Amino acid sequence: MTETSAVQQGGSQPSKETAADIVIEMKSVNKWYGEFHVLKDINLAVSRGERIVICGPSGSGKSTLIRCINRLESHQQGTINVDGIELNDDVKNIDNIRREVGMVFQHFNLFPHLTVLENCTLSPIWVRKLPKREAEEIAMAYLERVKIPEQAKKYPGQLSGGQQQRVAIARSLCMSPKIMLFDEPTSALDPEMISEVLDVMIDLAESGMTMICVTHEMGFAKQVANSVVFMDVGEIVEQAEPEEFFNHPKFDRTQLFLSQILAH
Amino acid sequence: MADKVMTFEKLPDRPPPMSQVGIVGWVRENLFGSKTNTILTLVSLYVLYILVVPLVDWAVINANWVGEDKSVCDANKAGACWVFIAARFNQIMFGLYYGANPDQIWRPTLAFALLIVLAIPLFIESFKYKLQLGAFILFGYPFVIFALIHGAWLGLPVAGTSEWGGFMLTFVLASVGIVGALPIGILLALGRRSELPVIRTFSIAFIEFWRGTPLITILFMASVMLPLFFPSEVDFDKVLRAMIGITMFQSAYTAEAIRGGLQAIPKGQFEAAEALGHNYWKMMAFIVLPQALRISIPGIVNTFIALFKDTSLVSIIGLLDLLNMALITSRSLEWKGFDLEGFTFAAFIFWICCYAMSRYSRAIEDKIDKATKY
Repeated sequence: MTETSAVQQGGSQPSKETAADIVIEMKSVNKWYGEFHVLKDINLAVSRGERIVICGPSGSGKSTLIRCINRLESHQQGTINVDGIELNDDVKNIDNIRREVGMVFQHFNLFPHLTVLENCTLSPIWVRKLPKREAEEIAMAYLERVKIPEQAKKYPGQLSGGQQQRVAIARSLCMSPKIMLFDEPTSALDPEMISEVLDVMIDLAESGMTMICVTHEMGFAKQVANSVVFMDVGEIVEQAEPEEFFNHPKFDRTQLFLSQILAH
Repeated sequence: MADKVMTFEKLPDRPPPMSQVGIVGWVRENLFGSKTNTILTLVSLYVLYILVVPLVDWAVINANWVGEDKSVCDANKAGACWVFIAARFNQIMFGLYYGANPDQIWRPTLAFALLIVLAIPLFIESFKYKLQLGAFILFGYPFVIFALIHGAWLGLPVAGTSEWGGFMLTFVLASVGIVGALPIGILLALGRRSELPVIRTFSIAFIEFWRGTPLITILFMASVMLPLFFPSEVDFDKVLRAMIGITMFQSAYTAEAIRGGLQAIPKGQFEAAEALGHNYWKMMAFIVLPQALRISIPGIVNTFIALFKDTSLVSIIGLLDLLNMALITSRSLEWKGFDLEGFTFAAFIFWICCYAMSRYSRAIEDKIDKATKY
C-alpha cells in the first residue's frame, strides 16, 4: 500500500491547480487474465491537457492499463471515469468514450485495403456522420500536420513504418478526440524513423492535447511529460514529475529500471 | 577520424550475366537444370506426344464438321462427329422446349447477350456506376431473364421450368446458387465466430448439417420428401426446389471459405476499428469483411467451380442439365452411339466456364495485390 500512497502524492501535484478538470480517473482498478492478476489497485488521475508517460519493464501491465481506458480490455474491479462517463458494460457508454479517446498502436493497425486518405475519413464519415467533403478536408489538414499530405492516395503498404505511424496518428486525430492514448508508438520502428514520429507527438503535446503514452523514449518523457508513471508487476510503483523521477527516484525498483534503460 | 569528410558515390547498377536471362537461360534453368530434370522433361514430352497427337487427329483433323445427318459420320468412323452437336446444338444449350421450338431461340439468346452487354462495363476501369450496375445484375436482371425465358408475358409462349434444360439450366442453377449463397455464407461465417452462444450454435449446426450431407441427398429430399410434408395442392416448382437445395448446400461451403478469411485478419484490425468507435456491423462491413473476402477469393471461387460442375447431379430429380442433355441426345434413335462427342462437348463447355471463373479470380487477386501489397 505504500506504493499507492506514493502515487497519490506524485499524481496529485499537477492536478491540484485544475482539480475540477480531471478527464480520466481510475480508482482501485483490478484486472485479471484468467488467474493472472495483471492490474493491482491502480489509482490514476489525469487532468485536461496533462501529458503522462507510462514506463516499466515488459509484462508490467502498462499496455493493459491504457487499453482499459477505451475498453479494449475490461476491468473487473474498481471504477474508471473518462470525461464524466463511467466505463461499464453499457455499450452506449463504451461507444461514447471511444469517440472521445483516440489510440495509436505499436503496430499502427492501419486498414491495408484503404488508401491513407480513406483510412482517415472512414470513421469521421461513418461514426461521426460528417459529410464526405468535410471529412476529407479535415483529413488533409491533419495529414498536412503530420507532414505527409503527398501520400494521401497511396496504400499503407507502400509507406515506411514511420510514415504509417504518422498516418495512424492523423487517423485518430480526425475523430477530434479529447484524449490520445499511445501504446508504444515507436517500438516497432526502425531507429532512423523514431524521431519523425516523436516530432509529431511533441507537436501534439505542445498544442495542449491530453496524452497518455506508454513508451521507452525517455528523451520524449523529459521533454513533454508533466508526469512519469513507473509500473512493475501490475502496480504503479511511483509517479513523479520528470525532473524528480529521473534524478531522484524514490524506489529501488525504479532506480534499477532507470539504470538498465539509461545505461547505454 | 579523418580530417576531410569524403563524399560517398554510389556505384552504377549493372545488368545480370547473359546466361541468367532470356529464353535460353530459362530453358536451361527450368527444363534441363539437372539430370532428373532433363529426364522428366523428356518423359513429359513423350507422354504429351502419345496423348495429344491422336486426340487432335480425332477431334480436329479427321473430324466430320459438315453434313445433314448421321450418314456422314458413319462413313468416316476415324474422326469425331461434330455434325451431331451442330444438329442438336439448340437442345443441348437451351433444353427440350427451345430444342423443339427453334423460332423461340431468340429469347434465351437475348437473355445471355443482355447479360454479357451488362457485364462489360464492370471490367472498364473508369466506369463510375459499377456498384449500381452490379446490384442491378444481381437483383434486377434475374427477373428479366426469368420473364424472357419463361414467357407467359407480352404474349410469349410459356416455356415451363420443367422443360428448361441444357447449358441454360446449368447456368441458371449455378448462378442462383452462387449469388444466393454469398450473403447467407457471410452471415453464417460471422455467426460462427459470434460471441453470442445461440447464434454461434445455430450457425455451426446449420453449416455442419448442410456440409455433412451429400448434394445428391439434398436434391433427392427436396424433390421426393418435401412434397410429403405439404398438402397436395402445394406444388413447389421442381427447379425452384433444386435452387433452394443448392443454395443451402453452397452457403455452408461459402461460409467455411469466408471463415478462413476472417480468421486471417489480425487482431489489431479489430482493435483499431473499435478504438475508432465503430460498432460491430460497421467494423465488419468496412474493415473486416472487405479484407476477409479478398483473402477468401481463391477458396470461394474454388467452391463456386465445384458447384458449377455439381449441378449435373440434378439429373437425380429428373432435370436435364448440360451434361444430361448431351447424354440423352446422344441416346436418341437418330444419333445413337455418339456419347463420346456429347461428353466431349459438355466437358469443353464446362471447362470454358470453370477456367473463366478461375482466371477472373486470379485477375481480381492480382489487382488487389498490386494495390495493397504489404
